[in-house]
Amino acid sequence: MDAILLQILNGLDKGGAYALIALGLTIIFGTLGVVNFAHGALFMMGAFCAVSIKALFTLEKVVLDPTKLTAWGTPMEIRTPYIESWFGDVGVWMIDYSVPLSILLAIPVMLFIGVAMERGLIRYFYKRPHAEQILVTFGLAIVIQELVKSQFGANPIPQPAPDTAKGMLDFGVMIGFDAGNVVYPAWRLIYFLFSTLVIAGVFAFLQFTTFGMVVRAGMADRETVGLLGIDIDRKFTIVFGLAAVVAGLAGVMYTPILSPDYHMGMDFLVLSFVVVVVGGMGSLGGAVVAGFLLGILQSLASMEEVKQILPGIDQIIIYLIAVVVLLARPRGLMGRKGMMEG
Amino acid sequence: MANFTKVSRRSLLRGAAAATTALAAPTIFTSKAWAAGYTNEPKGSTVTLGFNVPQTGAYADEGADELRAYQLAVEHINGEGDGGMLNTFSSKALTGAGVNGKKVVFVTGDTQTKSDAARASAKRMIEKDGAVMITGGSSSGVAIAVQGLCQDAGVIFMAGLTHSNDTTGKDKRANGFRHFFNTEMTGAALAPVLKNNFGTERNAYHLTADYTWGWSQEGSIKKYTEQLGWNTAAAVRTPLGAGDFSQYITPVLNSGADTLVLNHYGRDMVNSLTQAVQFGLRDKQVNGKDFAIVVPLYSRLMAQGAGENVKGIFGSTNWHWSLQDEGSKAFVKSFGQKYGFPPSQAAHTTYCQALLYADAAQRAGTFRPSGVGKSLEGFKFDGLGNGPTEYRAEDHQCFKDVLVVKGKENPSSKFDVLEVVEVTPRAQVEYPASLLGGELGPYNDGA
Repeated sequence: MDAILLQILNGLDKGGAYALIALGLTIIFGTLGVVNFAHGALFMMGAFCAVSIKALFTLEKVVLDPTKLTAWGTPMEIRTPYIESWFGDVGVWMIDYSVPLSILLAIPVMLFIGVAMERGLIRYFYKRPHAEQILVTFGLAIVIQELVKSQFGANPIPQPAPDTAKGMLDFGVMIGFDAGNVVYPAWRLIYFLFSTLVIAGVFAFLQFTTFGMVVRAGMADRETVGLLGIDIDRKFTIVFGLAAVVAGLAGVMYTPILSPDYHMGMDFLVLSFVVVVVGGMGSLGGAVVAGFLLGILQSLASMEEVKQILPGIDQIIIYLIAVVVLLARPRGLMGRKGMMEG
Repeated sequence: MANFTKVSRRSLLRGAAAATTALAAPTIFTSKAWAAGYTNEPKGSTVTLGFNVPQTGAYADEGADELRAYQLAVEHINGEGDGGMLNTFSSKALTGAGVNGKKVVFVTGDTQTKSDAARASAKRMIEKDGAVMITGGSSSGVAIAVQGLCQDAGVIFMAGLTHSNDTTGKDKRANGFRHFFNTEMTGAALAPVLKNNFGTERNAYHLTADYTWGWSQEGSIKKYTEQLGWNTAAAVRTPLGAGDFSQYITPVLNSGADTLVLNHYGRDMVNSLTQAVQFGLRDKQVNGKDFAIVVPLYSRLMAQGAGENVKGIFGSTNWHWSLQDEGSKAFVKSFGQKYGFPPSQAAHTTYCQALLYADAAQRAGTFRPSGVGKSLEGFKFDGLGNGPTEYRAEDHQCFKDVLVVKGKENPSSKFDVLEVVEVTPRAQVEYPASLLGGELGPYNDGA
C-alpha cells in the first residue's frame, strides 16, 4: 500500500508537468487551431529562465591571487558573487531562492516570447494544413533548442531547491499512516501544489473574466465573435502568450526535479501530445485529467510487481492507454464533437 | 548467322569476363589504392587523421573537449606549442616534426552519439577526406559500430571514451585499439574500496541503463561485490533517457536495500543521482547502516551537472586532472593555458590515443594498419598520466592503474568536484584476455 501511494505521489508531480504543458497545447489548439510542436521548447525556455536568474545572481567579482597558482600555472581566481557582497544575507537568500524567484522573470519573458512567436511566425500558418503547422513549429523547436545549447552547453545544469524545501516530508502521517512509511521530497509536493494552483488560475481566468468569456466564445465560434466587432485575433495572440507563460512556469519549477538541458522540452513534448489526445482535442478539463491520470499510470507501471507480469510495460503504458481510449472513445476522454473532425 | 547461334552460354560468359578484365586492367594497375597497397596511403607532405566526436547531441560538451585535446595533440606532434606530454612520454620516437616526415592535418566528423551517424561521418572521412586513422567518440555503441567500419575499410580505429567490455571483448577487431578502461576494471578497482568503506554485508539495489554499457557495468559490479559477500537485492533496468527516475527510486526506499548502485552515465547519471539524493537516500539509515550510493563510472563533466549531489559518492574514472605525476601535470598545464580550464578524462584519453598512434606509426615507419598495429601490440610506455601502461597484444586493450574517486565535500572551484581516493594498481585490474571472449581476426590494410 505504501509503495502504491508513493507511486501515486510520483505520478501526481510528473502529471502536474504533463497537465500544465498539455493545458497550454490545448488552449492554443482550441483558440487558434494550431498544432504547436514548439510547446516543449517553451517548457524548456521556462526552465532556462531559472538557469539565467541563477547565473545572474551568481555573477562573480573575480580577483586574481598571484600568491596561488592554478594547476596550469595561471594565478588563482577568487570569486565572490556581487549580490552577496552588495546585499549580504539578503544576497545569500536570493541565491538560495533563485528558482521560485525566477517566476517573476519567467512571466514577462515567456509572455513576450509567446506573443513574438505568434505574431512573427505562427499567424502565417493559421490557414495552412496541420502537417505544415507541425513542420514549421517542430523546426522552430529545433532552432530554439540549438540556440540554447550554443549559449548554455549540452550538459544538464543543476538548479537546487531552496534549502528549506530540500528535505523530505512525512506525508503518510498527514493521512493516517505510520510515521516513516510514506516520506516524500518536499519540493515535489510543492510542485504538485503549484501545478494545481496554476491550473486553477487558468480556469478561473477563462471562466470569470470578460477576456476569458470572449476567448471561450471564440473557441466555440470564432466567426460569430468576429462579426460582433471583437478583434478576436488580438485576443488569441494574448492567449498564445498565456499558454507560453503556463508552459514556462511549469519549466521553472521543474528544474530542481530535473536538471535542465537543451533537450528537456522534446522529452515532454511527445508525452504531452498523447495527454492532449487522450484528454480530448480542445478540452481543457480533459488535458488536466489525462495529464494526472497518465502520470500516475506511468508510475504504477514501473513497479517491479507489475513489470514481472508485463515486462516492458513501463515504457509503453502511455501509448497503450492512448490506443485503448481512442478505440473506446475516439474523441478522447472529454473531447467535444466537431473538434479535429472534417 | 548459323555460327552465332552456336555460341554456348559458357563461352559467352568467358568472353564477357575476358572483355571486362581487359577493360578494367588499365584502371586496376594505375589505381591509387592498388599502387599504395593500403587504404589512403599518404603520398604528399601531409597525413590526414579523422576525429569523429559528438559535436551535437547529449554528449556535445564531452565531444568538444575531445576535439580540443586532438587539436592540442596535433600541435604537439607537429612541433608547435609547449610539447605537452610529448616531453614526458617514455617513447622518444616523435620529435615534433610530424610523423614519418609528414605534417599531421585533420578532419572532423559529428557522431551525434548515434551509431548510423557516426559510421556515416567516419565513412566520409575515409572515402572523401583520405583519413588514414579514425579516432574519438563518447559511447560504446558508437565505438563498436565505427570500429567495425574501420576494420572493413582498412584503417586503424583508436577508440575514444568507451567503457563497455565489449569494445575489446566480444566485439574486438584487429584494427581497433582502446586506451580507456572498461567495466571489468571498474568492478575490480571499486570492490576493495567499497569493502573498506561499507563492509562485506551489504544489500545492493541496481538501477541500470538498458543498453550494452549498462548491462556490462551491472554485470561487473555484481560479480565483484557478490565476491565480497554483498547481496544483490534487485537489478532494475531503466529506459535510456528516462528523465524522471522517481518511479524507479521510490521502490528502493522500503526495499530493505542499504546500497544503491547507479549504472548510469551522462544525463541519466545526473538525473538519477540528483533524484536519489532528493529522495533522502544519501542521508538514510537502513538496518543501522548509513545508506550508500555508488556511481561506478564518473566523469568530471557529468559530475558538474549533478552539482552538490555528488558529495561523498564513490566511483571510478580513467584519469583526473589533479594527478601529480609529470605527464598529467604537463598535459594539464598545456591544456589549461590554451583553453583556460582543466581537461576532462575524455580529453585525456583522446590526446593519448592521438599521440600513441603517431608514435606507433613513426616507430613502424609506415601508416599501413598492420604495421602500426603490430607496433602498438605489446607496447609498454609511461609518462602519459596513468603510470606504466601496456597495450596488450591479445585484445588491444590498454592496461594501467585505475582511479577510484569520490565526490569532494568542499570543492575549491567548479572543476574541483572529484577527489582521488585510491590509485588501484594495474595488477589488481588485469584479467585474462580470454575472459571477455571475441576474436581480433586478421588486420585489414584495405585497398
